[in-house]
Amino acid sequence: MTGVPLDHAMILCGILFSLGLLGLLLRRTLIFMLMSLEIMLNSTAVAFVAAGARWLQPDGQIMFVLILTLAAAEVAVGLALVLQIHQRFKTLDVEALAALKG
Amino acid sequence: MLDFLFLVFMFPLAGFMVLAFARRRLSENQVAAIGVGSIGASALLTLLLGVSFLSNPPEGQAHTQLLWTWMSVDGFAPQFALRLDGLSLVMLGVINGVGFFIHLFASWYMRGDDSYDRFFSYMNLFVASMLFLVLGDNLLFLYFGWEGVGLSSYLLIGFWYKDPANGAAARKAFVVTRVGDTFMAIGLFILYHQLGTLNIQELMVLAPQHWAVGSDIATIAALLLLGGAVGKSAQLPLQTWLPDAMAGPTPVSALIHAATMVTAGVYLIARTHVLFELSPFALNCVGWVGAITLLLAGFTALTQTDIKRVLAYSTMSQIGYMFLALGAGAWSAAIFHLMTHAFFKALLFLSAGSVILALHHEQDIFKMGGLRTKIPFVFWVFSIGCLGLVAFPFTSGFFSKDEILWQAWASGHHDLFYAGLCGAFLTAVYTTRLVALTFFGAPRSEAAREAHAGHGLAHSLPLAVLAFFAVFGGWIVLPLADVLPRLELPSEGQHGIEALSIAVSLSGITLAAWLFLRAPDAVKALAQNPPGRLLHRYWTSAFGFDWLYERLFIRPYLGFIRINGHDFIESFVAAVPVAFVRLHAALALTQNGRLRWYAASVAAGAVLMIAVVIL
Repeated sequence: MTGVPLDHAMILCGILFSLGLLGLLLRRTLIFMLMSLEIMLNSTAVAFVAAGARWLQPDGQIMFVLILTLAAAEVAVGLALVLQIHQRFKTLDVEALAALKG
Repeated sequence: MLDFLFLVFMFPLAGFMVLAFARRRLSENQVAAIGVGSIGASALLTLLLGVSFLSNPPEGQAHTQLLWTWMSVDGFAPQFALRLDGLSLVMLGVINGVGFFIHLFASWYMRGDDSYDRFFSYMNLFVASMLFLVLGDNLLFLYFGWEGVGLSSYLLIGFWYKDPANGAAARKAFVVTRVGDTFMAIGLFILYHQLGTLNIQELMVLAPQHWAVGSDIATIAALLLLGGAVGKSAQLPLQTWLPDAMAGPTPVSALIHAATMVTAGVYLIARTHVLFELSPFALNCVGWVGAITLLLAGFTALTQTDIKRVLAYSTMSQIGYMFLALGAGAWSAAIFHLMTHAFFKALLFLSAGSVILALHHEQDIFKMGGLRTKIPFVFWVFSIGCLGLVAFPFTSGFFSKDEILWQAWASGHHDLFYAGLCGAFLTAVYTTRLVALTFFGAPRSEAAREAHAGHGLAHSLPLAVLAFFAVFGGWIVLPLADVLPRLELPSEGQHGIEALSIAVSLSGITLAAWLFLRAPDAVKALAQNPPGRLLHRYWTSAFGFDWLYERLFIRPYLGFIRINGHDFIESFVAAVPVAFVRLHAALALTQNGRLRWYAASVAAGAVLMIAVVIL
C-alpha cells in the first residue's frame, strides 16, 4: 500500500499532541481543558492507526477502537463532573478551584 | 530423702508464680494460705531433711544434687546443682524457720492492704532467691540467688510505691548494693580466669594449690568478694542503704533486713573461707570493717528516734560482730551469731511492727511511752528480744556473742576484742533506751494513750515461738565441724571473758536505765551543751555518710549527666527529624491544588523519563 509515509503521520500526531497539551496547560476553563484532552487522546489514536498501517497489523485499529471507547467514557464522566462543579461553585475557572492545597 | 532437696526452693517459687499470676483473683485468706503455706511446706521439708542429714550423714558430709547443666560454652559449663552440707543446712533452717514465722506474722500485719497478694508473691520470691543463694554449689548459681535477693528487696522496700520517698529508698538500696555486686562479679571473673572453675568445692581445693599464702592475686580476689559481702550486708562503706530500707512494711524489715538477706555477706565469706585464709590482709580487712561498722552503728543507734531505725542500726552493728568474728577466724562463731541474731532480731522487728500497728503507724519513740500496761504481751516479747540483743546471761545472744569475743581474744585479735566489748556496752545502752522510751514512763501522745493490742494466732504465735528461740536458741549445736575449720584454742580464761562481757552489758543496762528512767533531765543537759549537741547531730546523721556520698558521688555524677545532656553527637541525631520536617514542608508546597500545575508536572515528568530512556 502506498500512502502517507509514517514520518508524516507521526509529525502530525506530535503536533496534535503538543497542541492538546498546550491547550490543557494554557486554558483556564474546564470545558476547554476537557476538549484539549480529547485532542491528545485522538493524536495517540492516529499514531496507532498509522503504525498499524505501516506494519500491516490489525492491532493499531483495535487500539483505536479501545481509545475511542475510553474517550467516550472519559467525556461522560468529565462532563458530569463539570456540571456538578458548575452547580456547586458557579464557575468553571480551574484557578478558582484550588481548595485542595497540601 | 535428700533427693527431695530441690523441693525446698520449688515450694516458694511455685507460691510466687501462683500469686504473681493470680493477681486480684484470690481472696485474702487464699493468698495467705498459699503465701504462708509454701514457706511452711518448705520449712517442714527442711526439718525432715535436717533430721535425715544428721541421723544418716551422706558420704563426705555433703549431698550434691545435680539438676541440669546450666549452659555449656567452650568448656565453661556451670551446673545447676544444689549442695547440702552443715553450713547450708543451718542457713536453710534460719531462712525457712524464721521466714515461716515472719510470713505468718505478715499475714496478720498486712491484712486489709490493697496489694496483699503482691506482697506475698514478692516475699515468696525473696525466700526462693535466698534458698538459691545458700544451696548453689557454684559461685555463678550463688550469684544468681544473690541478684534475685537484691531484686526482691528492691520490690519490697518500695512496696508502698505511691509515696515517692519509698521509691527513692528502694532505688538507693538497689544502687548501693549494686556497687558491691559489681565488685563481686569482677571477683568471680578473676577466680574463673585464674582457676578455670566456679564450683565452690573445686575452688577451695584449687586455690591453695595455685596461690601462695599472701599472694597478690588471692588478696585481690578475696577483697573483691569482700566488696560484694559488704554491699549486701550493709557494712562500711556501703552501709547507707539499710536505714532507708526501713521504708518497707515491717515484716519485710524483719525478713530481709534482719534475719536473712543482710546475712548473705557473712555466708559468702564463710563459704569461701579458704580464699580468705590465703590472704591474711583481706581477712584483717574483714575484721576491721566489722569492728568499725559495729562501733559507728552503735553510736548512731543511740540518737535515733524512729523505732525501726534504732533496730536497723543495731542490725548493722550485730552484723559487724559477725564480720569481726570472721576476721578473727572464728567461722562457726560467726554463723552461730547469725542464727541467734536471726531469732532475736526477727522477734524485735515483729514486735516493733505490732507496736507500730497498735499506735496506728506511729514510729517515733518519743511519741510512745507507757505501753507496758497497754500491750503487755508485746512488751514481754520485745524485752526478751532485747535481752538477747544485749547478750543478757543465758539468752541466745549471750552464747554467740561470748563465743565471738572469747575466740577473738584467744586467737590474739585483742584490738578486735576491745572493739567488740565497746560495742557490747553501746548495744546495752541503746537497747535499754529503746525499751525505756517505748514502754516505760507516761504516754507522750494521743496514739500511745489509746494503743490497742493485736489479737489472733497469726499475731501471737510467731512472737511466742521466736521469743522461745531468742531465749533458748543458744543451746542449739550447729553441724559445722565438717564445713568450717575450728580454732584450736586453750580454754583457760574463757570464764573471765564471759564475766567481763556480762559486767559490761549489765553496767550498760544499768546506766541507760538510770539515765532514761530516773534522770531524763541529765540526758537533756548532756545533749544540750555544745560538744554534746555536736556529737548528737553527728550521730543522728550516722556520721554524715549520706552527706559525704551526696557530695562525693551523687552531685558530680548528676553534674556529669547535665553536661552530657547537651552533647555534640546528640545534635547530629537531633538534626535528622529537623531535616525531615523541612523536606516535608518543601514537598507540601507542590501540593498547591492547581490542576494545570499538576498536568504540567506530569508532562514534564514524562518528557524527563523519555529523555532518560532515549539518551
